[in-house]
Amino acid sequence: MSSSNWTVDFLNQLISAAVTVEQISLPSTTLWQTESNHWQQFAELALQQNMRWVAGWAEHVQDRFFINACFEKQGVYVLLRAIVNAAKPELPSQAIVYPAANRSERHTQDMFGINFIGHPDNRRWTRHKAWPKHSHPLRKDFSVQGTPDEITQPDMDYPFVKAHGTGAYEIPVGPVHAGIIEPGHFRFQAVGELILNLEERLGYVHKGIEKIAEGRSPESLARLAGRVSGDTTVGHAWAACKAMEQAAGIDIPPRAALIRGVLAERERVANHMGDMGAICNDVAFVFAQMQFTRLRELWLRTNATVFGHRLLMDRIIPGGVNCDLSEESCAKIKQDIIQLRKELSEIMSAVDLNSSLEDRLFTAGYLAPELAAAFGTLGYVGRASGQSFDVRKNAPYAPYDQVAFKVPVETQGDIASRFWVRNKEINAALKLIEKFIALLSPGDIISPWKTPVAGSESLGIVEGWRGEIVSYIRFDADNKIARFYPRDPSILNWPVLEKLVLDNIVPDFPVCNKSLNGSYSGSDL
Amino acid sequence: MLRLFKKVLTTGVVTESFKPPKDDELEQLGIEIKRHLDKNFSGSIAIREVDAGSCNGCELEIHALNNPFYDIERFGIHFVASPRHADVLLVTGPVSRHMQTALLRTYEATPNPKWVVAVGDCAVCGGEFGISYASCGAVSNVIPVDVVIPGCPPTPLALMKGLLGLMKG
Ligand code: SF4
Repeated sequence: MSSSNWTVDFLNQLISAAVTVEQISLPSTTLWQTESNHWQQFAELALQQNMRWVAGWAEHVQDRFFINACFEKQGVYVLLRAIVNAAKPELPSQAIVYPAANRSERHTQDMFGINFIGHPDNRRWTRHKAWPKHSHPLRKDFSVQGTPDEITQPDMDYPFVKAHGTGAYEIPVGPVHAGIIEPGHFRFQAVGELILNLEERLGYVHKGIEKIAEGRSPESLARLAGRVSGDTTVGHAWAACKAMEQAAGIDIPPRAALIRGVLAERERVANHMGDMGAICNDVAFVFAQMQFTRLRELWLRTNATVFGHRLLMDRIIPGGVNCDLSEESCAKIKQDIIQLRKELSEIMSAVDLNSSLEDRLFTAGYLAPELAAAFGTLGYVGRASGQSFDVRKNAPYAPYDQVAFKVPVETQGDIASRFWVRNKEINAALKLIEKFIALLSPGDIISPWKTPVAGSESLGIVEGWRGEIVSYIRFDADNKIARFYPRDPSILNWPVLEKLVLDNIVPDFPVCNKSLNGSYSGSDL
Repeated sequence: MLRLFKKVLTTGVVTESFKPPKDDELEQLGIEIKRHLDKNFSGSIAIREVDAGSCNGCELEIHALNNPFYDIERFGIHFVASPRHADVLLVTGPVSRHMQTALLRTYEATPNPKWVVAVGDCAVCGGEFGISYASCGAVSNVIPVDVVIPGCPPTPLALMKGLLGLMKG
């Protein structure tokens, strides 16, 4: 990896463009502080450098707002910050430059009342009707309880994009869907069966996670992080704990890192199996659905026997893990993997030879690599459209820095590709679990906690099963959390669903959606 | 196709047998209305699942009820796509304020007699999220609840027992 040479070039470029940045070193990354009026210009120069827009969030500190954006290139993360006065909180939008920043800025606009000048679409996003337009939940003068109405009214007058013309019609779907899935609203414009436009309207499961995080202890924050998105409990808990540990200056024991690796890869395998079954089910290939749900169940049962929880919630705690792996457990895990490999190869060859499945999945829901790059698409969705980025590989952290492994990348960009990339990721994950177990040597599984200095902040970045997870933490005095912002990969992946369904038929929407499988909860917070 | 059949045949039937929950277990599950249910349903119930703000963990385990190990349909319990076809609403999550009206409307759309099962710690008591500007907390703060199945998330076994408790023993 060509280290961080590009940051030097980029800084010089910034200087010649008269964009001033002050560099402040943080435990995990470098903080670049800039003037708010340079916010957009920075993004323009960053785009020229091919930097990826990663995340954006704000924080209310006394009478000012800290506005943050995170960028990445070649595995090096840069945290950009501008400070604006709370009396007139505004700065130029980055969403014009990076479409990935679009919804994030709308969230910040709703939650803080910060105006992103020139934003291409400044309609409300997270706000429905639970709080009024001119009040902002993440400001310090807004109480956790707020002043909600007895019954919160539905958000009936959201200005959806309209379609006109003969034969064009609308299909509103949700928030309560027909299946056992999370709530959200999809507005289709169609002609005949063809989808002309899709607009997503999320925010239904907004639970105030960022607000209720404030004032928590590290243990309590880890529990909350583990519930940002229930299918990614390991990923989010790990990212949040990593951020807290870095802020506190704690190194976790090597054994704990290996066990975290096993947990994260087990989570990946479980979710991929569930999704692969569901994708097949959405095109009425029930054989695969039954087989995959059966294998997933066996996998979760081993989670329960070995780790004490089927979905692995609350196993990662600040400083390490609370579950050790006995010799017997390791043997069980290894045995399971041998069996799973055998079964998967039988099932996948049956799946591969099935022409009806091929008919439905090939070319459907195509996401062009250029579009995936422009939106900063992550995880298996990105990797099926040529985006190879994987935190485990590009910005390696323990235990991934000790092992060799493959990150599968394809450029086919369709549902079939997102299906097969998952299969390859399962195989890679199984190998990783075996390697981590082989590396285990006796030792502690938790490091003693140290209360961080008030104001310490850090970014915890890990590769969850859906892709890169970014967790920002800042501590107050007395071991209390001042700010927690978790950026689930879904936040960047949801927008491309609106693109990849175009020119597909309405009945293929469920399988298109499943092939992406964004988290509603992780995105609504 | 041959490979497919071979796999089906070699997999065999993995579905497990379950005993209906005992009286003390029913009490634990908070089922007080079983008698009425016994009267109203003869052997089958239709369930509409509503995620009213969950983290999606509960949904994963509810899904598992349809896998071949639990295969809950064999007990006459099936999931339907509309509240208008449902006897029972299975509600997860703390009720987010943004879902409050949707939940109320779903409840209204369910024909009488109807029962509400609150699934998971969040639905039972607000869980990790509690009551806030964004969350109404427990489901019972929004609609009447008949049965609670605690757990974070409840295992398929706990769900199974809770639901079988609704049916004739
Ligand atoms: S009970 Fe647990 S799993 Fe269920 S919604 Fe609440 S936090 Fe998620």
